[in-house]
Amino acid sequence: MKTDRIFGVVVILVALTFIVSAYNLPAGNVFDKLGPKAFPIIVGVGMILSAAMLVFKPDTEPDWPAIPTLLALALATVVLVGYAYALKPLGFLVPTAIAAAVLSYQISPKPMPAVLTGLGLSVGLFVIFKFALGLSLFALPRGLMG
Amino acid sequence: MELFSNLALGFGVALSPLTLFLAVVGCFLGTIIGALPGLGPSNGVAILIPITFSLGLDATAALVLLTSVYYGAMYGGRISSILLNIPGDEPAMMTTLDGYPMAKNGRAGDALVISGVASFVGALLATLALALVAPYLARIAYKFGPAEYFALYALAFATLGGMASNNQAKAALASFIGLGIALIGLDNNSGFTRFTGGNLHLSDGVDFLVAIVGLFAVSEVFVFIETHGKSSAVGVKLGKVTVPWKDLWETRWTMLRSSAVGFIAGVLPGAGASLGSFMTYMMEKGIAGENGGFGSGAIKGVAAPEAGNNAAAGGALVPMLTLGVPGSGTTAVLLAVLMTLNITPGPTLFSDRPDVVWGLIASLLIANFVLLAMNVPMVKVFVKILMVPPAVLLPAVTMISFVGIYSLSGSYFDLVLMIAFGVMGYAFRKMDIPTVPVILGILLGYQMENNLRHAMTLSGGEWTYLFSSPIAAVLWIAAFLGFFAPVFLRRYLKKPQLIED
Repeated sequence: MKTDRIFGVVVILVALTFIVSAYNLPAGNVFDKLGPKAFPIIVGVGMILSAAMLVFKPDTEPDWPAIPTLLALALATVVLVGYAYALKPLGFLVPTAIAAAVLSYQISPKPMPAVLTGLGLSVGLFVIFKFALGLSLFALPRGLMG
Repeated sequence: MELFSNLALGFGVALSPLTLFLAVVGCFLGTIIGALPGLGPSNGVAILIPITFSLGLDATAALVLLTSVYYGAMYGGRISSILLNIPGDEPAMMTTLDGYPMAKNGRAGDALVISGVASFVGALLATLALALVAPYLARIAYKFGPAEYFALYALAFATLGGMASNNQAKAALASFIGLGIALIGLDNNSGFTRFTGGNLHLSDGVDFLVAIVGLFAVSEVFVFIETHGKSSAVGVKLGKVTVPWKDLWETRWTMLRSSAVGFIAGVLPGAGASLGSFMTYMMEKGIAGENGGFGSGAIKGVAAPEAGNNAAAGGALVPMLTLGVPGSGTTAVLLAVLMTLNITPGPTLFSDRPDVVWGLIASLLIANFVLLAMNVPMVKVFVKILMVPPAVLLPAVTMISFVGIYSLSGSYFDLVLMIAFGVMGYAFRKMDIPTVPVILGILLGYQMENNLRHAMTLSGGEWTYLFSSPIAAVLWIAAFLGFFAPVFLRRYLKKPQLIED
């Protein structure tokens, strides 16, 4: 109930900014009757209508996970974002080992297998990507490679 | 006959060593992807796309590899359905109903062989039907103008949305969100940048591969973190695998009927393989009657959905290749492949690039025989692979997704965007909002807007032009029915739930 309502309202607000932003685009001309603004407005109105249905007729509340699990999911997201930014400056091996180990531990909380998964995936995938598939990856920080 | 010369051309392409090699690799990977719970045809193909492109394969080679994976995944999905009672992918759900009881009765090997042969029959007949039907549909598609295409896209959204969700409003919302995302970036017609919020990275638009990998692959990690990858230990023993000739002979009509029904279900836009397996199972259950033993390990209950979903997988390629409108999540992903390769699917594909179309069809025919060999005599190899725990599999999928997207675009922004789509995919799944319409919206948004603008310019701004031709009118009516009919049919078409131990 609550989730659908909140989500519906958020979508309506986003759709309104979408429509307002579309209104500032120029109108069409003879060669392009509708111009760049008409279709976005149609889409925005469609979003508002279907989101309004959600607000007025919400489904039963989805069973969101408990707080600890939500925190774990947030941590996973942070790890992934960190991984995205670490991949280039730190090379492939170290960030991949850490990120894979953390995710593995989060799925199945056993420390040793998680560490082994991290190391194995990091080295194994590197070998596959670099040597079998020929992608250009750097194993270690480029500074260290000279 | 034209068909034979076309097929000869196709086999000329398909029998080159590289293409043949890629077909075999694709079949192998596909069967693994299908068998592993948590990886199905759509996310399996999705994570392989970026890597395929970084390898620099040409259009035919890339398409052969990825469609072999698609076919392979449709075969492989049954393995975990039968042995674990967990569908390896969504279309394989119906196979659990009789496959798992068969396995518990000590007939796991028979169930795997029967379903493997049924998959082969379904996929082979569907590929042949594809070769027969597609050129005709392509000819009709020449009559399509912008108004008809616009109606066709509406039909695809309507039927896919109608089938994919329990709540029509949510399916519609997902479609509009997808279309909205597609509009971000530079508008090619007017040269204006739209909805970027001043962000330079967004002026090129949101790459649909980033969205697909995020929504289909990265979101899976979150699901597994939440559920801690509930045990997927092989529950039943698989003894020596022999071929139960008698059972195969007994199910011959079931396989043929299911192939035909499955193919038709696949051709319908938006229906896809899940509907194919559902319809064929229900049909055979009805034909067998009360004494058929369906639900307690009937051989026909294993043969029907597998022939059905594999035939539907082939059928779903028909609208994708001839009209550029995908019929399912996975064909949407394959459409993304074509678009990234700068190939416009549609009627012109058949006249301009016959090597691609017929090379693909010939490769699929070959792939079917490879898959039969892998899935019947060699099935034990894949059963071993099922032992890979989710705690290893899911991190691997994530890392492959990252490297794939990173090697394509080399931008942090795309990686972060991919994670955002992953979070969105997880939240949407929780809220029962289907993600396939979002993908469809991102893929088709540009074409849909272009056709609408083109139609309006042709008609001088007259809206009724959109409904004026008979083809367009029929498509609009079909779209309306496809979207709203499931609301009324839902009571009768309730999907059976997984059986509990």
